[in-house]
Amino acid sequence: MSIIELKSAPAIEYAYSVVGKRESEGPIGKKFDFVDKSDKFKMDTWEKAESEMQRIAFDGVLTRSGYNISDIGAIFAGDLLNQCTGSAYGLAGFDAPYFGLYGACSTCAESLILSSLMVDSDKLPRAAAVCSSHNCSAERQFRFPLEYGGQRTPTAQWTVTGAAAFIVGKKSGFHPRITAVLPGTVVDKGITDISNMGAAMAPAAVNTLTQYFNESGEEPEDFDAIITGDLGYEGSKILVDFMKNNGYDISRNHYDCGLIIYDRERQDMHAGGSGCGCSGIVLASHYLEKLKNLDVKRILFMATGAMMSPSSLLQGLSIPGIGHLLKIEMLSK
Amino acid sequence: MNNKEYKKYVQNKATKSNLAVDCVNAFWTGGTICLIGEVLNKLYTPLGLGVKNTSGLVSVTLIFLAVLLTGLNVFDNIAKFAGAGTLVPITGFANAVASPAIDTKAEGFVLGVGAKIFTIAGPVILYGTVASVIYGLVLYIVNLFTPVL
Amino acid sequence: MMDYIWAFVIGGLFCVIAQVLIDRTMLTPARILVSYVVAGVILTAIGLYEPLVDFAGSGATVPLTGFGYALACGVKESVAREGLYGVLKGGLSATSAGICAAMTFGLIASLIFKGKPK
Repeated sequence: MSIIELKSAPAIEYAYSVVGKRESEGPIGKKFDFVDKSDKFKMDTWEKAESEMQRIAFDGVLTRSGYNISDIGAIFAGDLLNQCTGSAYGLAGFDAPYFGLYGACSTCAESLILSSLMVDSDKLPRAAAVCSSHNCSAERQFRFPLEYGGQRTPTAQWTVTGAAAFIVGKKSGFHPRITAVLPGTVVDKGITDISNMGAAMAPAAVNTLTQYFNESGEEPEDFDAIITGDLGYEGSKILVDFMKNNGYDISRNHYDCGLIIYDRERQDMHAGGSGCGCSGIVLASHYLEKLKNLDVKRILFMATGAMMSPSSLLQGLSIPGIGHLLKIEMLSK
Repeated sequence: MNNKEYKKYVQNKATKSNLAVDCVNAFWTGGTICLIGEVLNKLYTPLGLGVKNTSGLVSVTLIFLAVLLTGLNVFDNIAKFAGAGTLVPITGFANAVASPAIDTKAEGFVLGVGAKIFTIAGPVILYGTVASVIYGLVLYIVNLFTPVL
Repeated sequence: MMDYIWAFVIGGLFCVIAQVLIDRTMLTPARILVSYVVAGVILTAIGLYEPLVDFAGSGATVPLTGFGYALACGVKESVAREGLYGVLKGGLSATSAGICAAMTFGLIASLIFKGKPK
């Protein structure tokens, strides 16, 4: 696969973010659109709470845009739960074609790539990208019961409770626009430790980012920010290190959503945030705002995913990673 | 860099837990739980249940307390700090039973709570019991060949 | 008084060993618990654990190795009393109160309590 240039430069027209308590208490906590401090979203199970987050996120972006549901050509959505039930239940009430995606924590970028491709190729007038993760439903599925007394290792990451929804379309005017995408390939470097997912995902991120620079001829300095999804503290160190070896110094303008969303020290978050919601809500609130304020004008946004399942972990299989990349620029069309 | 080298690189690069701090915390919390056990033991001894049953009753009390603290959403916060200090005493076993029980209610009381209550503690009972059976068999065979005096 | 001190120290040391294993090896807590119980059975079988119980009291019976000790003692007594049948009966009989308590309290807890986000 090589870089796909999007000639029409589809715009990220609208976005909406939904978060829980911890996220609202983090450094960018004030920027989110919807907060439920109970993390329950008025539901009686964590799985339902996650679906409700997606419903609120999509409903929010739709209301904000003023579009009718019939204006949305398709929804690309995903989450971390088995068989993507978080998305299916959450979006069941909306009369729009639905594609369920599993890209683990890379889902935000995956759904945005597919949405922008569909719009750029004029197959759909506009598309929605939705993703979510919920700390409690993810803990239950991948780790331990909520009340289990365990100690987290310093390399462990914290699954973000959050959902984000975007509408990608061809609206004219000055907007954040997706001008190129580079879908990632699955890379498995043999990491088996679920408590160090940053290390499992970093090689995929290195792979995609190196390929992007090699192919495009661009340099890290050409961007105001190179943003990764949830490599966290551990994965970010590895990414910067490996990129340097590959001849690209990203140490000055690399940022990781997992490190932006929480105050690691104050909130005791170990290696930072993770999950589909992590990159989704940070892009939807923090970075889209920065783009609109022209604090940044050209960014690379790459969400990474660690694609394990509860059974693959028990069977001792290594954790394959993936990194999907988008070039987002503030442009007038 | 092949997978083996990468694994090594990651291990070197990874932030390590602070072993000294963790051990101190585990020591005094675990020690305190055992100390509480000893206090209970002395309290129960006058009941005249015999040594084994008294120590059994101590375990039951600690299990009760750990399950209660688990239900009150307190145990996990203590354990985060105490690490092995709450894991190794019988309290860790009790938490391992109570936490999945509380957590799986949404999946129903038969296939949720009923089936999942031992997801974490089950192996302890299974392998402990089977180890005792092996020990029992050895004892039985040894006894067979030991002349009765 | 010394009883209390030794219970504290020996119990604490059992936890420290496990903490080192958690921090420095890839052993998960579940594996450590299993190892502790089995180690308790083995140490009792070779005659090392009984003296420790006499010495440290709850410091040796409260950690999960003590669960293994109870299993081993139970099977030893019942084999002496009931022979081959006792092989199967002894372990669980001796530990039944603890297991039964955990099951019962656990079920009651699931009826009363709800999980909370960390």
